[in-house]
Amino acid sequence: MSESHDPKDAHAGHSHADVDRHVRAAYYVFGSLLVLTGFTVGAYFLHLPPRTAIALALLIATVKGTLVAAWFMHLVSERTLIYWVLGLTAVLFLPLLLLPTLTVLDGIVLP
Amino acid sequence: MSMEIPYTVELRPDTGLNNGKLGIWLFLASEVMLFGALFASYVMLRIGAPEWPRGSTYLNIPLATLNTVILISSSVTMVLAWASLVKRDFSRFRLFMGITILCGLGFLVVKYFEYSSKFHHGYFPSTNTFLAIYFTLTGLHGLHVIGGMAVNGYLWGPGSALWKTNPVHFTNRVENSGLFWHLVDLVWIFLFPILYLL
Repeated sequence: MSESHDPKDAHAGHSHADVDRHVRAAYYVFGSLLVLTGFTVGAYFLHLPPRTAIALALLIATVKGTLVAAWFMHLVSERTLIYWVLGLTAVLFLPLLLLPTLTVLDGIVLP
Repeated sequence: MSMEIPYTVELRPDTGLNNGKLGIWLFLASEVMLFGALFASYVMLRIGAPEWPRGSTYLNIPLATLNTVILISSSVTMVLAWASLVKRDFSRFRLFMGITILCGLGFLVVKYFEYSSKFHHGYFPSTNTFLAIYFTLTGLHGLHVIGGMAVNGYLWGPGSALWKTNPVHFTNRVENSGLFWHLVDLVWIFLFPILYLL
């Protein structure tokens, strides 16, 4: 196995320019997350109807989650295999979330 | 006889990833399913309940907002810790990883005050369904914060000896630990509105 032990190779796969771009993006994401957190809390004090409030809060949370996953977790530039793993997770996650809910909402009354 | 773990640094030709990276993503996928099951339970309990309290009836929104800011900040310092290693600046890594750990500690201290307040007012998981799912979700999330801090603490302290012998491997370990830490942040991003604001 030919592992390099030279600190100069610590950036294997990442140039310094790449890292600087990544750090700059992280600051933008940080600012966006703080602003979106403000929106989330602000929306609470608007006393919106429950359905609207839930939809808005989940929409903002989804945008925030996407920012974290895409930039902090490097998913904007990840290998294809990781996308497949996450795609499979999503396929399994949706029934997990929906099936119990659909069961509760099932209006069929058994005799 | 010593056995070397393969592909800790170089990429596997078939996956295009080092083994640690693929391993942590598979683990994170299992974590998504774990929290997904609990989110599904929350939805089911809420839909099935005759009435559901607003989070603010029991919970402290300013404290939870503070914890949100703390976790988001810790995610940024985690990125900066990893970036410092890539740029071969070990002392900056120590600084930013140290701040990340302190943020985790800050989160837990705030959580301690929140939990103490609940217990002081006689609110326990057995009080009602809302508090049961609140303590379950935040308790499990808190355990993840502690787990992430333990790994980060190891990498900040004794585990950092690897930097001297194999810096690329050490940088990969920090990146993988960071991925877990960001997931902990991501889960909180959903827990905060669901439990406290809706």
